[in-house]
Amino acid sequence: MSNNIRFVQGNEACVEGALYAGVDFFAGYPITPSTEIAEILSKKLPEKGGKFIQMEDEIASMCAIIGASLTGHKVMTATSGPGFSLKQEALGYACMAEIPCVIANVQRGGPSTGNPTHVSQGDIYQARWGTHGDHSIIALTASNHQDVFSVTVDAFNLAETYRTPVILLFDEVVGHMREKLVVPEKGEFPIVDRLRTSVKKGVDYHPYLPREDGRLPMSDFGGEHRYNVTGLFHDMWGFPSNNPRVVRDLLHHLIDKIENNVHAITRYKEHYLEGAEYILISYGSSARSAIHLAKNRRERGEKVGVLELQSIWPFPEGLVREKCANAKAVIVVEMNMGQVMKEVKACVDNPSKVFLANRIDNKLITPTNIKTLLRMIQGRGV
Amino acid sequence: MAIKDYIRQRYFPQMWCPGCGHGTILNSLLRAVDELGLDKNSIVMTSGIGCSARISGYVDFHSLHTLHGRALAFATGVKLSKPELQLLVPMGDGDALAIGGNHFIHAARRNIDITAIVMNNRIYGMTGGQYSPLSGPGKKATTAPYTTIDNEFDVVNLSIAAGASFVARSTTYHVLECIDILKKAISHKGFAVVEILSQCPTHYGRKNKEGDAIQMLEVQKKTTAKLGSKALEDDPTLIPRGIFVDIDAPEYCQEYDKIVESAMKSANSSNSSSSNENRISLTTKSCVTQGE
Amino acid sequence: MKRTRFVFSGSGGQGVITAAIILAEAAVLHEGLNATQTQSYGAAARGGSTKSDVIISDQPIYFPEVNQANILVCLTQEAYINYSSIIRPGGLVLTDSRFVITTKKVDARQIEVPMYDNVIEKIKKPIVFNICMLGALLGITEFVRPSSVMEVIKSTVPKDFVELNQNAFELGMELGALYNG
Repeated sequence: MSNNIRFVQGNEACVEGALYAGVDFFAGYPITPSTEIAEILSKKLPEKGGKFIQMEDEIASMCAIIGASLTGHKVMTATSGPGFSLKQEALGYACMAEIPCVIANVQRGGPSTGNPTHVSQGDIYQARWGTHGDHSIIALTASNHQDVFSVTVDAFNLAETYRTPVILLFDEVVGHMREKLVVPEKGEFPIVDRLRTSVKKGVDYHPYLPREDGRLPMSDFGGEHRYNVTGLFHDMWGFPSNNPRVVRDLLHHLIDKIENNVHAITRYKEHYLEGAEYILISYGSSARSAIHLAKNRRERGEKVGVLELQSIWPFPEGLVREKCANAKAVIVVEMNMGQVMKEVKACVDNPSKVFLANRIDNKLITPTNIKTLLRMIQGRGV
Repeated sequence: MAIKDYIRQRYFPQMWCPGCGHGTILNSLLRAVDELGLDKNSIVMTSGIGCSARISGYVDFHSLHTLHGRALAFATGVKLSKPELQLLVPMGDGDALAIGGNHFIHAARRNIDITAIVMNNRIYGMTGGQYSPLSGPGKKATTAPYTTIDNEFDVVNLSIAAGASFVARSTTYHVLECIDILKKAISHKGFAVVEILSQCPTHYGRKNKEGDAIQMLEVQKKTTAKLGSKALEDDPTLIPRGIFVDIDAPEYCQEYDKIVESAMKSANSSNSSSSNENRISLTTKSCVTQGE
Repeated sequence: MKRTRFVFSGSGGQGVITAAIILAEAAVLHEGLNATQTQSYGAAARGGSTKSDVIISDQPIYFPEVNQANILVCLTQEAYINYSSIIRPGGLVLTDSRFVITTKKVDARQIEVPMYDNVIEKIKKPIVFNICMLGALLGITEFVRPSSVMEVIKSTVPKDFVELNQNAFELGMELGALYNG
């Protein structure tokens, strides 16, 4: 049997994905249910010459990884609930200064201290709008450990490609559950490395002047090009500016580089979607219940399928509209008060056919919970 | 090199008010760097938010202008990820010790090799003259129209208690002393704190009737005295200047390098004996992991 | 193997969760099966009641929690009271005769084994009670090969404790074998 088969928690699958992608710096602060990510990396990073630091709080952790990214490292932090709130200011800094980094948020019940050891998916909007000001963000998620691994690799790749923070929105069930993970061989998944400038010493390097393809080559701190990095609106040199044109152009750039590439960023899976009359849209651990139900219904001849989203932000509007075009009803299955449902309603042709199957008691939504709603929609009683 | 070789002339004139002490600190800092003969490519200046923080834009080093209070947290990431870099972190008094107070004491506790410069003008200048944790009681500020009742931190004592291995104080009046202290602080291996009393004639001086910049510099001259001086002995109410602590202590990045070395060694040896005990010890331990 | 749902219950410190992980890991690493393992988190894991769900199947497993168990293991009376109702008709309930007094209300095969007393008498180390329980379970029905479980134990526990665990496992197997079939 292959040495690459593992039986691990989702948090460890995330670590394996991060290591595969080349993470070599982690700063974090213990918080349930994400703590295993820090614990495992504290052991594994120094084994490969990487660095781990437990900072004084989540704010400092987010700041430290941004600093380490600037010296040319692949960096991540991991947190949950309250810690994710604390990271928001520095997350916005990473958006503004265009610093590649990955933030895993293993969601738990909230608001506030909420329910540390139980599941929720209530941070969907915080991932999108948690930091102040207009901006765009990439947020990925997964429902099983193989996908946790691969979206973690994707997160690092997208962070480098678009020079942006990428959020991994996992949840307590996926983070703590154990199941099989097959760690791919080196080379099976493409890895995007840091794009560094080819501008030679003594020639002007413009750290914030995008290339024709929109990408911005970086120069490591400590290298030949000395430039300014700031959270203020800035010109192509990185120097603060409140010139209205500079401000507008930078904001357009920050948003367009992500929104214009929704197609390239979108990740999803289809389960029994062929000819489905009833489409369940879900993500993370709740998708497991949705798929369980769809499989069960298909075996009984009912045309139920699942569209599993693995990228939440930028929201894959075109994909959802297209897949749901012929559905009799669309049921969004999630463990919040309808955060993704609102996005689905906003993009489908007929919002009145979109329903919410949710659970907000911090227990994993069950296939039976979803079935109850499905039967009502089908007009078959419960 | 000439001092102008250390600045980004394109961004001058600088934005500080006439008479502000921060330009003097910039000058002292650049002279210290010049006299030490440091390579500009090896220096990263990290700053937060406030009047003081704008210093990082004017220097021709790698510069990282960050969030209010968080400069040391960013600097910790830069330094630990690339220990060969020299980290200079100028901060204002509010930046370093109010919003950034926790990062300040923890950076000192780790004794990470960073030079922290507290540009102490006892006021929030950028936002228009509010009191800071270094203002002290009985001062006027736009948020203390009836005078402050808050005690101030003693930066020197705080830094020593928190574990900084180099702690010094000077003023913008004592420019040559300042250059000398900064040189020693930058050369020091470990967390070095230099508090430099600076003047804000625009806000602090005006509100507290300390006069213009020159009169405020006179105050710095009259109210401070060198450590070990007769003046200080005669009048212990004077604010002591000089180097309070300069000790060799284990530095964070060097200590972490030892962790890396031993982790790599044990990883290599366990690979050869094909044991995966470590993996399981983690999984079983996390069975009982919970809490907040 | 067709989808089999296990619930392991007892009190914190009995090693119930570790046993659940070992069983599931054996199925995945050494039998080519799928398995999921989840557990109760919170104060319960520190001395209060504790519970872990395991599903083993040759098919993909989606919903990972067990609402109705094919196999239920209860190592405390409290666990038995709380969970005996979730057993599927025709299922198996394994209890320790020292800690649990069973009522015969459930439509399942109930097997009471003096696992704890045997561990204390023959091995004198209560820490391996959970491994003895796992042995007993496989002695009754071979859900996974005993050798697979031993492989996992060998890679799990420090070298000096492998023999101790092996003895407990084999003791359990012998006790369970009395109820085999």
